[in-house]
Amino acid sequence: MSTTPEALEQALQQTQESLSKTEEHLSQSQKNFQNLQEVVSKHFAETAPTETITMPEKPKAIATETTAVPEVAEISTTTTQPVPTVPHETPLAWQNFLIESSYFLAAILFILGLKKMSSPVTARGGIIWAGVGMVLATFVTFLYPGISNFGLIILGIMVGALPAWWFAKRVAMADMPQMIALYNGMGGGAAATIAAVELIRGAGHSATVQTLAVLGAIIGSVSFSGSIIAFAKLQGIMKKSWIFTHQQLLNLILFAIILGLGIVVILQGDSAMLLAILLFFILALAFGVLMTLPIGGADMPVVISLYNALTGLAVAFEGFVLGNAAMIIAGTVVGAAGTLLTQLMAKAMNRPLSNVLFSGFGAKGGEEITGEDVQGSLKPIDATDAAVMMAYAEQVIIIPGYGMAVAQAQHKIWELTKILDERGVRVKFALHPVAGRMPGHMNVLLAEAGVPYDMIFDLEEINEEFEQTDVALVIGANDVVNPVARTNPDSPIYGMPILNADKAKNIVVIKRGRGTGFSGIENYLFYADNTRMLYGDGQKMAAELVQQVKSL
Amino acid sequence: MIEFEVITALYIFTLAAFVGYEVISRVPVILHTPLMSGSNFVHGIVLVGAMVALGHADTTLEKFIGFLGVILATGNAVGGYFVTERMLEMFKSSKGGAQ
Repeated sequence: MSTTPEALEQALQQTQESLSKTEEHLSQSQKNFQNLQEVVSKHFAETAPTETITMPEKPKAIATETTAVPEVAEISTTTTQPVPTVPHETPLAWQNFLIESSYFLAAILFILGLKKMSSPVTARGGIIWAGVGMVLATFVTFLYPGISNFGLIILGIMVGALPAWWFAKRVAMADMPQMIALYNGMGGGAAATIAAVELIRGAGHSATVQTLAVLGAIIGSVSFSGSIIAFAKLQGIMKKSWIFTHQQLLNLILFAIILGLGIVVILQGDSAMLLAILLFFILALAFGVLMTLPIGGADMPVVISLYNALTGLAVAFEGFVLGNAAMIIAGTVVGAAGTLLTQLMAKAMNRPLSNVLFSGFGAKGGEEITGEDVQGSLKPIDATDAAVMMAYAEQVIIIPGYGMAVAQAQHKIWELTKILDERGVRVKFALHPVAGRMPGHMNVLLAEAGVPYDMIFDLEEINEEFEQTDVALVIGANDVVNPVARTNPDSPIYGMPILNADKAKNIVVIKRGRGTGFSGIENYLFYADNTRMLYGDGQKMAAELVQQVKSL
Repeated sequence: MIEFEVITALYIFTLAAFVGYEVISRVPVILHTPLMSGSNFVHGIVLVGAMVALGHADTTLEKFIGFLGVILATGNAVGGYFVTERMLEMFKSSKGGAQ
């Protein structure tokens, strides 16, 4: 831009011209408005109060825009009454429109993206759609009125984005659940910080808004600290469940104190004491930790899913506080979807959600059953015999569990599948809903090895087929094939739907040693007459099976 | 930005909840993990709110908390995206070709 006086003069002239244009527009629209008002008031005289057409926001905006220039100051005084049509030249209105329409578009992209993600064929496109929505919403937020600290915002985005990107690209597929927990916790924490800034700032919110800010703060904080504990447990940093007497009573008292502090903060409104607010947040964070500590590793997926839903809810509440429709819609959609997903998972594990949250599974229960007398014995087999059995079978069903992922055997298993397929053996994969660390986790691991998704079958789809199956190959799975779930009402897993591997003509179990599964329950399938145990490391045994089948 | 009437917010909230429920209810189990990851990404929209909160912050304490919020929210959005993308990239049909 040049700074010569002529240029300045010209610029001033242009500004004045556009101002007078704006003035014309305003008076025109005011006339229109008066006409409209007459019509409307006639029409609504008997039926409705006139408050239906008040729009306090826009005129105020015009006032601030125009008071800077003295010649047109009259406008600001004359526009105090509601104006339904805002002149398009006003940058603020244009800005507003761009921001709101972008948020709207982003919300639609999120919903369509999630919709696409619900089918394997279109899933890949779904995340890209949602990603486009996110980028759009982020960029347009830089235009938000009254925003400052741009440097800090950009720095924060860079500091947050780089490590998140780096780790997301590198983490092993088997470790995916804890990664989701971590990123989800960060979202919950972010929702809590929004509440913290708004509460400390004392932005003059109404009691309703203040209440939602406080609720969002509690939920977000719990989701944040709880998710970090979940991450630590799945990552193996924290191995023990932390259970002590009166734990639930303590949690209940703590929760009551948090609620009380929250109410104090709401009632004090803008004059809320900083100390009360900080204490409120610290206790909410502590509650998240205490609530998650006693929950065992096996139940973590359900907990992560629950925290995912809670973060969504917290985001929706904070969206209401900031008057941001995109946050309300996206947060609520995730909250509802996450709640349903949590229920589906809990159902698949045959454990009511309350049971997961309020009782330490895995810590008790298992031990009492192990001592029970088991009929039959464990019958070992070597890889050669197992290979022959499978190579001459008509149909083989492979039942992979989390142990397969730990042994990184999925690639060898896929190789085995391919050479069996070449020999004309029909091979299918049977997955239990909770195979892996959470529903669908095993599908991801198999997909990573290259197994096409139409070879993989759900429990309901395949359970009938076991009776016509020659060999069921169990690798790394345990509880999900334990017939005890059908037969023994005393067992902790009684009633859980299982894969009917025991109905197959032959069963081969690849297993590292004689230990029990994740839950510590003895598996009756291993002792069945038609079961053979192939002891060894999953990957090595799978490789050996490949070798043996090839050499036949 | 918009001061929502309570009833308007309730409408948005309720309808969005139904949408979320409907979107998930017919999903095969094989997609539960990617979908959880995907919905984890979607609530990364909290970044927008964190940006606004930091943008409005005045005191050092507010700025510090707001800054922390932007970092966390970005981690949610960016990490959530790439984790989900990596998972979905691998889903193939036996008819060949990545979808």
